[in-house]
Amino acid sequence: MTDQTQHSRPPKTRLLLVLAPLAAMLGAFVWIASLDPLRGFNNGAPPVEALTVERTILDGSGISLRVRAGGSEAMVVAQVAVDDAYWTFTQEPAGPIARGEAVWLRIPYPWVLGEAHHVNLLTNTGATFGHEIGVAVSTPSPTWGQLRLQAVIGAIVGLLPVALGLMFYPAMKGVGRRGMNFLLALTVGLLAFLLIDTISEALELSAEAAAIFQGSAMVWLSALASFLLLMAIGRWRGNPEGIALAFYIALGIGLHNFGEGLAIGGAFAAGSAGLGTFLVLGFALHNVTEGIGIAAPMLRARPNLWTFAALTLLAGGPAILGMWAGSLAYAPQWSALALAVGAGAILQVMVEVSAYLVRQNADRQAALMSPVVLVGFLGGIAFMYATAALIKI
Amino acid sequence: MPVDTSKRGRDVSSAVETSRPTAPPAMVTEPVSASRRALLVGGLVAAGGAAVAASRAQSQATPDPMAGHAMPGGAVDPYSAHDSGMAHGNMTMVGQVDHARNGFDPTAMLTDWEIGRTEVLPDGRTLRTFEVDAIDVEIEIAPGVFFPAWTFNGRVPGPALRAKEGERLRIVFRNLGSHPHSMHFHGIHSARMDGVQGAGLIDPGEEFVYEFDAKPFGCHLYHCHALPLKRHMHKGMYGLFVVDPDPARHPEFAAVAASRVLGSPENAEWQELAMVMNGFDTNFDGENEVYAVNTVGQAYMNAPIRIDKSRPVRIYLMNATEFDPINSFHLHGNFFDYYDTGTQLTPTLRTVDVIMQCQAQRGILEFSFADHEDGLYMFHAHQAEFTELGWMGFFDVREAGA
Repeated sequence: MTDQTQHSRPPKTRLLLVLAPLAAMLGAFVWIASLDPLRGFNNGAPPVEALTVERTILDGSGISLRVRAGGSEAMVVAQVAVDDAYWTFTQEPAGPIARGEAVWLRIPYPWVLGEAHHVNLLTNTGATFGHEIGVAVSTPSPTWGQLRLQAVIGAIVGLLPVALGLMFYPAMKGVGRRGMNFLLALTVGLLAFLLIDTISEALELSAEAAAIFQGSAMVWLSALASFLLLMAIGRWRGNPEGIALAFYIALGIGLHNFGEGLAIGGAFAAGSAGLGTFLVLGFALHNVTEGIGIAAPMLRARPNLWTFAALTLLAGGPAILGMWAGSLAYAPQWSALALAVGAGAILQVMVEVSAYLVRQNADRQAALMSPVVLVGFLGGIAFMYATAALIKI
Repeated sequence: MPVDTSKRGRDVSSAVETSRPTAPPAMVTEPVSASRRALLVGGLVAAGGAAVAASRAQSQATPDPMAGHAMPGGAVDPYSAHDSGMAHGNMTMVGQVDHARNGFDPTAMLTDWEIGRTEVLPDGRTLRTFEVDAIDVEIEIAPGVFFPAWTFNGRVPGPALRAKEGERLRIVFRNLGSHPHSMHFHGIHSARMDGVQGAGLIDPGEEFVYEFDAKPFGCHLYHCHALPLKRHMHKGMYGLFVVDPDPARHPEFAAVAASRVLGSPENAEWQELAMVMNGFDTNFDGENEVYAVNTVGQAYMNAPIRIDKSRPVRIYLMNATEFDPINSFHLHGNFFDYYDTGTQLTPTLRTVDVIMQCQAQRGILEFSFADHEDGLYMFHAHQAEFTELGWMGFFDVREAGA
């Protein structure tokens, strides 16, 4: 069958050719559902049950859990025990929880500040699903004071270090070809660290999400999709370089910082930790290199002051949004998705900065393996690894 | 009839609130997940300097996290939570068990003694015959929580068999279940009648007749002795086996003995209750999810046991809890005499308010509320964990007819 014959078919015929298999599929489904030919496999086993706690809120009315069901049949939460004591609860909305559906369980339990609690959900079949509240603290609520405070933290973690890094721009401006190679390689190195860090955090988060979201596949595929999409957009009009490349780097780093903000906000909401000043400063130091990386490809261009402001906002601002999102509407699958998109963006800029580095040198491939470039690359990774030690405890 | 079923479902929440035992410390069964957010461990002190950054961040790391979190309705203090409807009286299961669907009612079970049928043997002795069937039944052990039980006569605990010292007993046992089962009696009998492999352990569809004399008198039990024992026991195959003392054989304590003979005029003065402490491992992980006395968690919270304060109370108590080595019984506002295993006519312990029983241990409790105010008197295991997972109840003490 050639293209010619296909094109020559009248539209009605082609429509019919599409509809026929669709109708057959529908018929087959109806037949399978009505006759239940799989009945023979019914061995009397109870249905498979899965419950995932996506969000925990502690406040003056007790403990609220958002749980998503992922069983083979609708599930019933029959009883709730907190710290091995059966407790009253209400479910919103009430009734059996269909596969993929999420409900709120409200438990008027007098939780104790700073202590651990264990919630056990008992279904009608007697299966249990435990949920650990590591450290009970009141969940932040979206008040102005709260949002402002989080914005300040986000700014310290995201905006400040990027701005500081960009301030090295005038000093970097005068470097020669070798210096330029070093700085670009340094940028790729720190991006490589961020890529690995982002992917592993996304995978870890996705493991906490309900099975229905297929965490691992979601992370890899959305990272790949975001990488391809950004590559296509970036090369729409030739290879990105100069200020354009700086903006792509800022976007990738911004998505990473969004994830970082999510992590801090989420940890804060989950009460798994307080936020020490030392830690915030560690974040800031860790992220200073990001500003240097953004500045590196612009050394041959003439950016104005507004460009720097925009780059700072693009790379650092998402940390504030992440803080808000993480503490107010935390759900592992969405956080994992955001981080995966960020990973794709980081990979894209790694490719583009490397390509830019190669283009900058007449001897092309040889430059890529030159000592200066290798030292820059490994130095970038080492610096990020060392400063990360300050914030991973 | 000491039990007034019409009291079922009355609101006892206020009483629960005032008499609730102290909660145990949080049971952390899994390592506290610091997860990826471990990066944010608190307690790191400001390094000084960095003025704005430090002071802002510090306010989030403050030891009082409530400070920065304005709550709708004011500051949060879990200890004052009683005002916001978060009272400790909320420590209860949600909903009601459908006893009719279960086919047995914990309230009726308290006084439902299985006495079988009797005939006189040529030598003048009494032959007492019981019929017991092993049946698989799904039972509701807590509101909305179903457990695939193996039962004697469709109920958990199995029928409370009651005989008199010296009688000849014949127990016709049919296995209508899906696994091999037996009836192993704690009593004095021959090896052939022991209910172990080769001595009355029968396959599904088979029948066996156990035959022995009722001795010694006391508060005993029977249970399935098929292997694995733990699974057969915790699935529900146990019951009380009470042998009343024959007053003629204990002339020095004839009056005491007579009061324990079911149906005697002396016995009619007493309010006798059959209680089996048990637990259910609903997810089969070797730990009980629900604890109870007579199977249904918190049954006697929802339906307090009616006690006529003018008459003494006698409880035949047995511990059939699997997985936990001991269980206990604590009575509020009163003390009791305890007859361990019930094989003596004088108390083993006098004037106690807590007794403990290891697995299969049992005994008789005797007490009186004659001089008490009317009211709801709690009883429960004094392992607070068991209490809060269902093993608690109330005696509703009043004048007869009040």
